[in-house]
Amino acid sequence: MVTDSVDPHIAFRNVSVSYGRKVALDRVTLEIPRHEIFGIIGPANSGKTTLLKCINRTIDFAPLARVDGQVLVGGEDVYQMANVFELRRRIGMVFPLPVGLPLSVYDNVAYAPRMAGLTRRDELDALVETCLRHAALWDEVKDRMQLLGTRLSGGQQQRLTIARALSHRPEILCLDEFSIAVDPVTTMKIEDVLLDLKQQMTIVLVTNLVQQARRLADRVAFLNNATLIEVGPTEHVFSEHPAERLTFDYVRGHFG
Amino acid sequence: MARDAATTTGPGAGDAIGRFAAGPVERRKALVERLVAWLLGSLTVLLVLPLIAILATLVAKAWPVLSWAFITQNPQTYMTAGGIWAPLIGTFYLVFISLAVAAPIGVLAGVYLNEYAGENWTTRLVTLAVVNLAGVPSIVHALFGVGAFVLFAGIGRSVLAASLTLAVMTLPVIITSTKEALAAVPQSFREACWNMGASRWQTIRTIVLPNATSGILTGVILQVSRAAGETAPILFTGAVFYVAVPDRGLASFFPYGLFDRCMALSYHLFTISTQVTGVSEALQYGTAVVLIGLVISVNLASISLRVYLRSRKRW
Amino acid sequence: MRHAAALRLSRLAEPLVEAIIRLCGWSAIFFVFAIFFFVFREGAPMLFGALDLGEFFTSVNWRPDSRIQAQYGVLALLAGTASVTALAMLLSVPAGLGAAIFVSEFCPPRVRETLKIVIELLAAIPSVVWGFIGYMVLNPVLIAVTGAPIGINILNGGIILALMSVPIIMSVGEDALKAVPDTYREAAIALGASRWQVVYKVLLPAAKNGLLAAALLGIGRSVGETMAVLMATGHAVQIPHSLLDPVRTLTATIAAELGETVEGGDHYRVLFVIGTLLMLMAFLVNLTADLVVKGVRGKQNG
Repeated sequence: MVTDSVDPHIAFRNVSVSYGRKVALDRVTLEIPRHEIFGIIGPANSGKTTLLKCINRTIDFAPLARVDGQVLVGGEDVYQMANVFELRRRIGMVFPLPVGLPLSVYDNVAYAPRMAGLTRRDELDALVETCLRHAALWDEVKDRMQLLGTRLSGGQQQRLTIARALSHRPEILCLDEFSIAVDPVTTMKIEDVLLDLKQQMTIVLVTNLVQQARRLADRVAFLNNATLIEVGPTEHVFSEHPAERLTFDYVRGHFG
Repeated sequence: MARDAATTTGPGAGDAIGRFAAGPVERRKALVERLVAWLLGSLTVLLVLPLIAILATLVAKAWPVLSWAFITQNPQTYMTAGGIWAPLIGTFYLVFISLAVAAPIGVLAGVYLNEYAGENWTTRLVTLAVVNLAGVPSIVHALFGVGAFVLFAGIGRSVLAASLTLAVMTLPVIITSTKEALAAVPQSFREACWNMGASRWQTIRTIVLPNATSGILTGVILQVSRAAGETAPILFTGAVFYVAVPDRGLASFFPYGLFDRCMALSYHLFTISTQVTGVSEALQYGTAVVLIGLVISVNLASISLRVYLRSRKRW
Repeated sequence: MRHAAALRLSRLAEPLVEAIIRLCGWSAIFFVFAIFFFVFREGAPMLFGALDLGEFFTSVNWRPDSRIQAQYGVLALLAGTASVTALAMLLSVPAGLGAAIFVSEFCPPRVRETLKIVIELLAAIPSVVWGFIGYMVLNPVLIAVTGAPIGINILNGGIILALMSVPIIMSVGEDALKAVPDTYREAAIALGASRWQVVYKVLLPAAKNGLLAAALLGIGRSVGETMAVLMATGHAVQIPHSLLDPVRTLTATIAAELGETVEGGDHYRVLFVIGTLLMLMAFLVNLTADLVVKGVRGKQNG
């Protein structure tokens, strides 16, 4: 059993997060290897989303949030980085509820590259197409790129969000319960895309669907009540004998 | 939503009560209910009716003078004849200069309060200051204008001093409505942008501000309407009883310099109705009607803009 | 390369933009202090000099022009402000809150939208026009109805101020009622309460603080109103004995007399002292209203 990789892409070292008096993460230590799909499972309010927000430091925008410990991306402490915007562009984020920005489909996907200074139309066109293809949305929107992103259906908007997350060519893609607002067929499409993408990037998949983690993830971490209970290869966590009894109960649907 | 349903289905609910339990208590309850609704309704109508009557009176009495010439001519022969051009153009001067000062500061202050301010004592202090600024009596603003702009800054009584006074006075209107307009933009849009590496200001510039334009404009328009109608703040800071300005040709549109004193419609109404004798009623009513018309049309513009933009909301 | 340069520029511009925004935000604090400072500064030499504060607050003699001995007693002016404000509140608080309850709880939605627009327009009418209405329209009506020799008095000013205060009382009151969670209404209706019982037994107690704040803001506006009372209440500096007496308020005094004073003279400075007094009164009312509203929020969140 190899539980520690040599060169983790993302590492949490004793990370605690609290919002005022409420503790959202309690001394979590965790390593996420490169080019894998890393599943994070756990019941609601167990700290999964907070964990993601620490990676790209959008936790900074949460009022009253306090972060202790170290979060390393590519071996570098995120709080030591001079350019946080650069960090955020290295990481793609997809949150549970689809958010189409009130811009055209094209401008939605071109937003991040433009903010980063890319203005050449041909480069943008190519990038937008690639991202939309990766998100399995290209065929549905290629003829109506000027439609408002907010006018797409929920499932389409979620794929638009994924396309946007890919638009700044991230090395890490984080997805937070992406399938909540998406129909099963689209979910399957996106899952296929993820398996494809893992050749190019590290994928962190937070999910409340235990079976989804089982299908996709190479490695799974189980969070409960702000605490990391267990990390391990998927087949081990989902086996008859995970390291912790609690994991077994959760995976079998006994609580959560 | 739920409350709408509760209130609109009220009569139906009353019927249901009647059908199931028509005891004396229930019947009395239904009676009281109808009585109260009727009383409150007529009370509200009583508030609106006299207003319509008053407005009708104003227009009726002003009718004889209302004409294009009334607007485009200057007051003549000690204000007892002629029109209202000089005060009208003066009001435009005051409104636009105060707008030019108050709008940028007010909008950015609104941006600060909604986008940058955290939950700390500075924010509380700023919010409190805005509330208090809105509550300062207009005559105190006049005193402030005299003390700060006319005397301390040495601008003297002038269009500029009066406009600056009006700008400070109307600032809270713009701040508050900008803040509300920004707060109506969903937080998820901001988070989506931050997650793509956009900075706070990039997010505000590209997503937040463009989607809050209607609300911000509403506030700006309200500022215009308030500045146009105010009298007390300009009394001692720049309004003048009478000044001869051209009322023909291009020069009639630029009669005042920044450091000149100017006539203003609101002050003009005050003087011709209380300070000057021998002014015909029609002239007085005519001035009042033009002032009300100006303010109300500005407000109606703001309301229709709001309705229009709400109808083509982008999310 | 061009992109990179533009990018660097925008990164440099960002702190600058942020600094400007912060500055504009803090400017509200600056202006409040500036207003206080400049008004106080003009009045201070008199306040700490020749002005006898005891006489200022207790004397009814306001004789700023007297050659022999000028007297600066504002008691009559305070009485003027108090009487007009009190009458205005007596009329506008029940009317404004009643209208708020009607609009928020009893009114069909379409009528509500129309009414709100009417009220908004009502709020937009400038105070000088209200003064004009009192002076020109209401004056003869009051003479005819009450038989008083002149219709420019407390009654006139009170009615005008009441009409001016209704919109603000109504809109703040409606907000307070709106802030009561719908679950309260639904629970009461489910228990078989009629709509009036819901209002009387559930909404009014729950929205008590907000409604109080509405009334307070109405008072604040009435105390600070200038042009309307200047034109509609008459010019007699006196303690009123009946509703038909003309009075002079604090605000009207400043508006009427500042233009005739010598800059830097005693009379001029006393008017600024009155201004300081008005400002303090307005702060007090606004702060109280703010605290009262905050009280509501705090309780509902907690």
